[in-house]
Amino acid sequence: MPNSKYLIFLGCAIPYRVAAYEISARKVLAKLGVELVEMPEFNCCGLPLDPVSHETMLILAARNLALAEQQGLNILTLCPGCAGTLKKVNKILKEDKALREQINGHLKESGLEFKGTITTKHLLQVLKEDVGIDNVKNAVVKPLNMLNVAEHNGCHILRPKAYIGFDDPEDPQTLKALIEATGATCLDYVDETECCGAPSVGVSDKVALQLARDKLNHVKMVNAQALITICPFCHIMYDTNELRIEKMFNEVYGIPVLHYPQLLGLALGMTPEELAFNELRVSTKKLLEQVNEGAKINEQ
Amino acid sequence: MAENAVAVKDAMKEPIRASELDPKFKYQLIKLHGSEKLLKCFQCGTCTSDCPVARYSDSYRPRTLIHMARLGLKDRVLKSDTLWLCAACFTCTDRCPQGVEVASVIRVLRNLAAEEGIVPQVFKDQCSSVLQSGYAYKISELRLKKRDTLGLPPLPKGNPESVQKSLKGVSFMKNMENKGENDAKQ
Repeated sequence: MPNSKYLIFLGCAIPYRVAAYEISARKVLAKLGVELVEMPEFNCCGLPLDPVSHETMLILAARNLALAEQQGLNILTLCPGCAGTLKKVNKILKEDKALREQINGHLKESGLEFKGTITTKHLLQVLKEDVGIDNVKNAVVKPLNMLNVAEHNGCHILRPKAYIGFDDPEDPQTLKALIEATGATCLDYVDETECCGAPSVGVSDKVALQLARDKLNHVKMVNAQALITICPFCHIMYDTNELRIEKMFNEVYGIPVLHYPQLLGLALGMTPEELAFNELRVSTKKLLEQVNEGAKINEQ
Repeated sequence: MAENAVAVKDAMKEPIRASELDPKFKYQLIKLHGSEKLLKCFQCGTCTSDCPVARYSDSYRPRTLIHMARLGLKDRVLKSDTLWLCAACFTCTDRCPQGVEVASVIRVLRNLAAEEGIVPQVFKDQCSSVLQSGYAYKISELRLKKRDTLGLPPLPKGNPESVQKSLKGVSFMKNMENKGENDAKQ
């Protein structure tokens, strides 16, 4: 197993309301030999304020990057929005000297300077590039071959391609490969790379929930037993809001939505309790029964 | 706010008068970070046809917004509610055959609207939270305490003073801060 060490950048949404993702990710990463160091004094990555002030976004992101540079460690994020923003700003400020000087002028007020010496990776990228999909597969002790699931990458792990440079935004493969590494089957479905709608919440909840509803319909159409996400916002749209969508459109889904490290954790032999399944809104009772039944058959 | 946003659609029904066009608006835009390639748009409509929001909104059409910006319909664009509907999924940016970075042009237009004081409440709340705590959301004491029972390490202490210092030269944040204080006084 590799021994990599990262500063963990939690961002805002995860500590605010998505604890299960953090709990399961920390457990899985520890098991796979990735060491996490807490990142002191970090702030919002900047993305939420980009629509109203690009300059504010650049300064907030650069402040985080400068803090990480002081620690001499690369950043690992669980949120693709944070990863995308930190990657994008790192690239822009490294390439545009005039802008870098302008932003550093702001950071100077708090004794910081952006130099461009570190990189940022999302959890998915660390699992693929540092741990390796084969090593993930080798660590599996309880293969999930009884499960057919669907994946949802979300937008900011992939787009805009010119700044993110990870996987193929039109036909992404990494999350699929990582799901299949657990032994589960990852199903194809219509419009896999479409947006969950989360950024439109608060501006038009109706449009946002209709986008999430589309996804749930497409996932249901292929009889997926669960939907697997890697983003706190996408997870809120499908798990936290699933009941709301069911009521609004008079439909029934009952599709459990797991954070990828929760799925992986099960395959690594961890219990649902350890992986904070109780924090999920949509019931996973039936899913876990199917896992247990399948495991009994595997043992025979 | 934009639940029944029809401003763009209705605005487009209004006849365009030459007197309301700002002929230099597009040149102002191509100097701003993100909208440099605006003039390369040839109105093919890929952005709108691939836009997931356009599918469910009666009025949000990225191609229309880009066209209005290029015509110089500055006031109509900046005051339209639909400007705020973009989900920033970047599908239009990735698929634009002309490399226009459509989502970034929309962001530039939103930034200009915000400078004129048009800021949806959700962003005002996040600005004030960032200034107060460094985080975009107000994370409750209860949540912070619960981390311990969940077996999570304490959330690293933020440094709002340092964040405020870094942002003090940004005119937009200064406006937000003043606005917040005035709101509090009322």
